[in-house]
Amino acid sequence: MKRMLSKLVRGVTVTSMFSLLAGCNLVVIDPSGDIASQQSDLIIVSTILMLLIIVPVMALTVFFAWKYRQGNKDAEYDPEWHHSTKLEVVIWSAPLVIIIALGAITWVTTHTLDPYRPLDRIDAERPLAKDHKPMVVEVVSLDWKWLFFYPEQGIATINELAAPIDTPIQFKITSSGIMNSFFIPALAGQIYSMAGMETKLHAVINEEGVYDGFSGNYSGEGFSHMRFKFHGLSEEGFEDWVSKVKSDENFLGRSEYLELEKPSIDEPIHYFSSVDPELYGAILNMCVDQSKMCMNEMMAIDENGGGGLAGIYNVMSLTYDVPRMRGSQPLPESKSYVATLCTTPEGGFAGDLNALPLFDRVQASDRAMSFAPSGVSTGF
Amino acid sequence: MFSNPDLLHFIFGRLSLDSLPFHEPILVVTFAAVVLGGIAVLGGITYFRLWGYLWNEWITSIDHKKIGIMYIILALVMLLRGFSDALMMRAQQAMAFGGSEGFLPPDHYDQIFTAHGVIMIFFVAMPLVTGLMNFVVPLQIGARDVAFPFLNNFSFWMTTSGAVLIMVSLFVGEFAKTGWLAYPPLSDIVYSPGVGVDYYIWALQIAGVGTLLSGVNLVVTIVKMRAPGMSMMKMPVFTWTALCTNVLIVAAFPVLTAVLVLLGLDRYADTNFFTNDLGGNAMMYINLIWIWGHPEVYILILPAFGVFSEVVSTFSRKRLFGYSSMVYATVVITILSYIVWLHHFFTMGSGASVNAFFGIATMIISIPTGAKIFNWMFTMYKGRISFDVPMLWTIGFMLTFVIGGMTGVMLAVPPADFVLHNSLFLIAHFHNVIIGGVVFGMFAGIVYWFPKAFGFKLDPFWGKMSFWLWLVGFYFAFMPLYVLGLMGITRRMSQFDDPSLQIWFVIAAFGALLIAGGIGSFILSIVVAVIKRDKLRDETGDPWGDGRTLEWSTSSPPPAYNFAFTPVVHDLDAWADMKKRGYVRPTEGFLDIHMPKNTGAGFILAALSLVLGFALVWHIWWLVIASFIALVVGAIAHTFNYDRDYHIPASEVVETEDERTALLAKQQA
Repeated sequence: MKRMLSKLVRGVTVTSMFSLLAGCNLVVIDPSGDIASQQSDLIIVSTILMLLIIVPVMALTVFFAWKYRQGNKDAEYDPEWHHSTKLEVVIWSAPLVIIIALGAITWVTTHTLDPYRPLDRIDAERPLAKDHKPMVVEVVSLDWKWLFFYPEQGIATINELAAPIDTPIQFKITSSGIMNSFFIPALAGQIYSMAGMETKLHAVINEEGVYDGFSGNYSGEGFSHMRFKFHGLSEEGFEDWVSKVKSDENFLGRSEYLELEKPSIDEPIHYFSSVDPELYGAILNMCVDQSKMCMNEMMAIDENGGGGLAGIYNVMSLTYDVPRMRGSQPLPESKSYVATLCTTPEGGFAGDLNALPLFDRVQASDRAMSFAPSGVSTGF
Repeated sequence: MFSNPDLLHFIFGRLSLDSLPFHEPILVVTFAAVVLGGIAVLGGITYFRLWGYLWNEWITSIDHKKIGIMYIILALVMLLRGFSDALMMRAQQAMAFGGSEGFLPPDHYDQIFTAHGVIMIFFVAMPLVTGLMNFVVPLQIGARDVAFPFLNNFSFWMTTSGAVLIMVSLFVGEFAKTGWLAYPPLSDIVYSPGVGVDYYIWALQIAGVGTLLSGVNLVVTIVKMRAPGMSMMKMPVFTWTALCTNVLIVAAFPVLTAVLVLLGLDRYADTNFFTNDLGGNAMMYINLIWIWGHPEVYILILPAFGVFSEVVSTFSRKRLFGYSSMVYATVVITILSYIVWLHHFFTMGSGASVNAFFGIATMIISIPTGAKIFNWMFTMYKGRISFDVPMLWTIGFMLTFVIGGMTGVMLAVPPADFVLHNSLFLIAHFHNVIIGGVVFGMFAGIVYWFPKAFGFKLDPFWGKMSFWLWLVGFYFAFMPLYVLGLMGITRRMSQFDDPSLQIWFVIAAFGALLIAGGIGSFILSIVVAVIKRDKLRDETGDPWGDGRTLEWSTSSPPPAYNFAFTPVVHDLDAWADMKKRGYVRPTEGFLDIHMPKNTGAGFILAALSLVLGFALVWHIWWLVIASFIALVVGAIAHTFNYDRDYHIPASEVVETEDERTALLAKQQA
């Protein structure tokens, strides 16, 4: 019943809006993925709830302004009338009631539409089993292009994304440096991509088609071209697409990635038929360059109580924001005040390493494997 | 000597001839125009021998009224700059379709939208608000000046120095290409190695000192200097909103200062607060900047609410409906504005409960705001409304602001925000509340208090033209952006692929042109009023005929001492109450009046800060050291200036007051 009502309301609103806007494509109101559809319902419901109070307010404002105009000597004039307890109760409680309703809706939907939460339905009619396995896509925002890994298929692409319809997808999202926002309006809402961190998004596409995807957060010079197409395909269509990607021998490993990472604008689509399986983890932990220590290793060390003074030894191997790597102009002075305080000119630790109480390296790296990278927590 | 790069680098730091943008024709033409205009103005001042007048009467003045006026002039000048940026953005987005790059390459376009945001918030909206509060608050509470008059002058010049530093960035070097809040890692030295972000940091730090000190000043003024009898609940609503705004300034601006210091350390001293590596985290910056940024929104809107409260009651010729609920609503908004900052980044990955908490807290703010709208509405009820220009702005506000409020609540629902965040829908929303709220409010306030400041009203015809052009222009410029946002178009794009979008951007650009007409009409309303000032003259001091608060009890413009005798307040709307009880203006018994003396210290210290800021931007270290020492020495030297006050002799007061007595008698005859 509720669902029918919402469908009806949505139908009416969409139709009236459409006739108003002469058929332009309001993808946010009429999307093709179940998550985005629920988000669109929410926009419509909250608009209607608020119009309940806003339309009368606007009408009364105009009416009072007109009725009590100076020229209208018939209207009552009472310069001392300035208080009415009854009216004030209404004034405060009318918005309160609306906000209580909207607040309740907000609390519930924020939890059900939490991007970190695994899906429980494909669409309104088709629930999903609790233990279903979503298709995983790993997303990396680079300057200024998108890299997509398909760990199950063992492939990767630049600036093109595809997925079979009615299949739940789990996106794991990170960035090579600058913060971006991964956004496909037809599919689901956006979420930021940040370096050294992983955000998640669960979504499903319900209709075949080609949709726009882009960065929703300004990230510098090439931002306007940081766009890609998202293909919603049938099962067979998706298999064909995967084999098309695999048809060209093209490998993506650490060294290829370091080339790819350099800033470029309006990058064409690339396909990679095979991928170093450790690459995404290395990007996330900011250690594609093998001279760098991975974040998860560092965190494992810290979790073990840290390396004491020996930890200083790690400083140089943790630098990541390096102009040379980013392909931008070098800075006038070398950027190493903090590190030089603690290291010898050759980049090693100034003290005697053997004299320091070192942790057990083997144990630490074991732990590191089971350690989640410092993503943003979802379960507050 | 000139071939010695080390020496040149020592003298000029990063600054070189290449820093001047000769390759940008737009900038070269602008620069030529600015130079010619500047020469004309300076020549004019010299020709008419106005330097002494400017220095003695304005630049060194510590009269709150003159400082208030100077703040508003600064804001209007900066409005022209900020609005030129807006016009260029609208033109660019209307042109750059189907492979066309438009006329602005990304490098230039990115600076323009950053400058537009920074200038409009920090150097247009803030000076408008501060200027209006400066001018009106002491008059409304029956005081002769603010609590710390020298500090007031210093605050103004610091704000101006910040504005000048931003203007310098237009012609020397570049401005930030980061967006108006300069999120790291993009604003870190590695990703933005140029001087743009440094200009941003130092302009805001210098202006921030001014804003913070002016906040302290006004809080103390309102708390300590009210006329006898004016208890808190008898304060005019504008003064209440000014109090809340300044409390917000005092509490919020240190956060901005701190976060910019940290960003500055990351850029200058190689620390790692917000970097990707070595334990830094940009999310801290984003949290901190919005802990300042959200209260900032209310810092701007609360005084506008105060203006509307004054205007609606004056022009409805009626007491304000629900004074106490208006006051409580203001206080509630003040407090709540601190617990909603996270709604600016629901999409950063917080848990659902955190997002829901901040979303609902945001919605709760709409309850007191809604109550205020109802209060203004019921103030009109049973009134006798005359549609003078300030009232037009007020009604335009009431109708426009509720739309912005509605879209704001939509954005406060986290799952809805996930699809609307950073889109043109968001741009439309905040322009809807800032133009429909702050700008309309400030224009209402300027038109309303202009006759108090200058002794004659603004020209009503051009005032009305300005209102209608702004109102219609606003709807043309921003309703298309709501639509584009629902089409999934994101902000800060310099070019587009889909040609079907172009029509919406063309409509928006047309709206921007209408707004340009609105700004032009407003300036004309001042020019025409100056020409026709004898016809528009106010000799009563109460030009709207039904002023309700103390500022209307004195002459227009008020004498330097504001009130010959400190008024005694018995009721809310003190002046309306005095008129009702048959107040007779005293015409004798005047005494010497103790007043603070002008000083050039504020101007000099602010000028040194400007030099310091410029030297820091360009890494000219000897100049940094020299100007910093000069700044400290100057500030200490100023504390030894004991020649700080003087007395206006009773004879002069008698003269001034007798003139007014004669004028009032002429009115009655």
